[in-house]
Amino acid sequence: MEEKVITCRNLTKQFGNFYAVNNISFDVYRGEIFGFLGANGAGKTTAMRILCGLSFPSSGEASVAGFDVYRQQELIKQHIGYMSQKFSLYENLTVLENIEFFGGAYGISRKEINKRSEELVRKLGLQREAKKLVGELPLGWKQKLAFSVAIFHQPKIVFLDEPTGGVDPVTRRQFWDMIYEAAAAGITIFVTTHYMDEAEYCNRVTIMVDGKIEALDSPANLKKQFAANTVEDVFYKLARGAKRENSG
Amino acid sequence: MKQLLTFVKKEFYHVFRDRRTLLIMFGLPLVQILLFGYALTTEVRNITIVISDNAKDINSQQLTNKIKSSAYFNVREAVTGSKDIEKILKKGEVKAVVIFPSQFGSDLQHSGKARVQVITDGSDPNTAKTIVNYLTAIIAGYQQQIAPASPLPYTIVPEIRMLYNEEGNGSLNFIPGVMALILMLVCTALTSVSVVKEKELGTMEVLLVSPFKPVMVLISKAVPYLVLSMVNFILIVLLAVFVLHVEVKGSLLLLFMESTLFIITCLSFGLMISNVTSSQQTALLLSMMGMMIPTIVFTGFLFPLENMPYIFQLISNIIPSRWYFLIIKAVMLKGLGFAYIWKETLILIVMTLALLGIALKNFKIRLA
Repeated sequence: MEEKVITCRNLTKQFGNFYAVNNISFDVYRGEIFGFLGANGAGKTTAMRILCGLSFPSSGEASVAGFDVYRQQELIKQHIGYMSQKFSLYENLTVLENIEFFGGAYGISRKEINKRSEELVRKLGLQREAKKLVGELPLGWKQKLAFSVAIFHQPKIVFLDEPTGGVDPVTRRQFWDMIYEAAAAGITIFVTTHYMDEAEYCNRVTIMVDGKIEALDSPANLKKQFAANTVEDVFYKLARGAKRENSG
Repeated sequence: MKQLLTFVKKEFYHVFRDRRTLLIMFGLPLVQILLFGYALTTEVRNITIVISDNAKDINSQQLTNKIKSSAYFNVREAVTGSKDIEKILKKGEVKAVVIFPSQFGSDLQHSGKARVQVITDGSDPNTAKTIVNYLTAIIAGYQQQIAPASPLPYTIVPEIRMLYNEEGNGSLNFIPGVMALILMLVCTALTSVSVVKEKELGTMEVLLVSPFKPVMVLISKAVPYLVLSMVNFILIVLLAVFVLHVEVKGSLLLLFMESTLFIITCLSFGLMISNVTSSQQTALLLSMMGMMIPTIVFTGFLFPLENMPYIFQLISNIIPSRWYFLIIKAVMLKGLGFAYIWKETLILIVMTLALLGIALKNFKIRLA
């Protein structure tokens, strides 16, 4: 039996009469790359916010890294990493200062930060840029750096919210190489994306429509199940039935 | 605690690497102090006036000389008709005309009563009134001087003293006002902008997902601005003392403590604004509208509160800078101690706690 790092049972988030997340259940296993797809307004972000300890569910149960989303938000935060669609590093801090700051925010000791950041800079080939302001780096490098910072404190799970928006195909490919590497090291990847080719890279994919999970399986099985050639086709078949407008 | 230090350090990097912030922080006080100290003064000096002496007798000459010898006026003499007088005033260079009628001296000698006409440019009422006051005083002085020659039964001479500001130094009243204004602007605007900036950039989300406590995020945002504002306060006091020659009569320590309290008030307000806005522009605008204009209008440092309709006087009570202004005036200009300002201090403390409470509470709600 594989270790479950995220479990969700009948998770619901209600805003008045509106069910942003409607009774969803799923498990995510350790080291898995778990794709979370859905049109804008399908409830992806709301679900992710609950799992990240930013918001409370209305009903249902969920645990992340073994901690309860109602009572142990602080512990959840300690064990996850997060990278948003917006560039999430400080442009007017240098590469090293950014690493130092986020490392410090997770309570890593000064010595450990120095050691790890040296390794990281070498791995990314940023030795010459280490003391430059992050704002001066090209976007591709920024995204790679942001991902490295998100997993700098060696979290159990890293949540990636449309991490490759606005990045060129070559960098996207390199970015996914980094994701694979992290997954191989035992970090679970929870990723939302708009790019359907990226969905093919995931171990398993969830498709959300109108707050509900309409499909959940490996890309290959999904294609078989819906008699489609690509995950993109599967997505369109399901999303066509959506009633909600793109309401964010 | 270590996390807090990490965060505060980061905030300092932000401040020192942003030239605009630095400019607002330290350029603004300099400019405002100099502006209010030198440019925006209500004192009237070196005003050009014209004296049209149609009498040319001993009395008119004596009075003319007295006017000339005052530091307030540059006197030009002209013997012209009344039509030309209007022309002169219309040009605007000359602010007032003094006209001696042809029988000035003889009237004074014989009937003991003479008329002198003063015409001022009323399109600038403040200056005009000041000129009239100065001229009246000079004429009254002359009258006194020649009084023995025409014995008057009684004379009442008002002896005017401007207490706490004997020299009529115009900077005096402005300094406390400008201090309130600058601290308000710097603390409120910069703090709110720095929080909202993180929201705009998306880094706030990352901070909230980190184990860093939300309250700590707010506190660490405020700390650098607290420190810098204290430095700023010292800078303003130094400028006031050494450049504008304003004497600090009361305790410097008390002044500093009270200012620190006011800085915290402003920071809390800035944090509160940052909770309800999501763009830097809105935050800046709100700080300006919410703080700067009420500070200018309702503290009484430019416009006397006593002259305002009652309802505005009531409104002025909820403006924190009003109370700070009163405190600073009392300590700095009158040299009063804490016993005289504890009420105002208490009001400020209550306001600060309320603002801070609202700011912290809203910040938490936003997360749920």
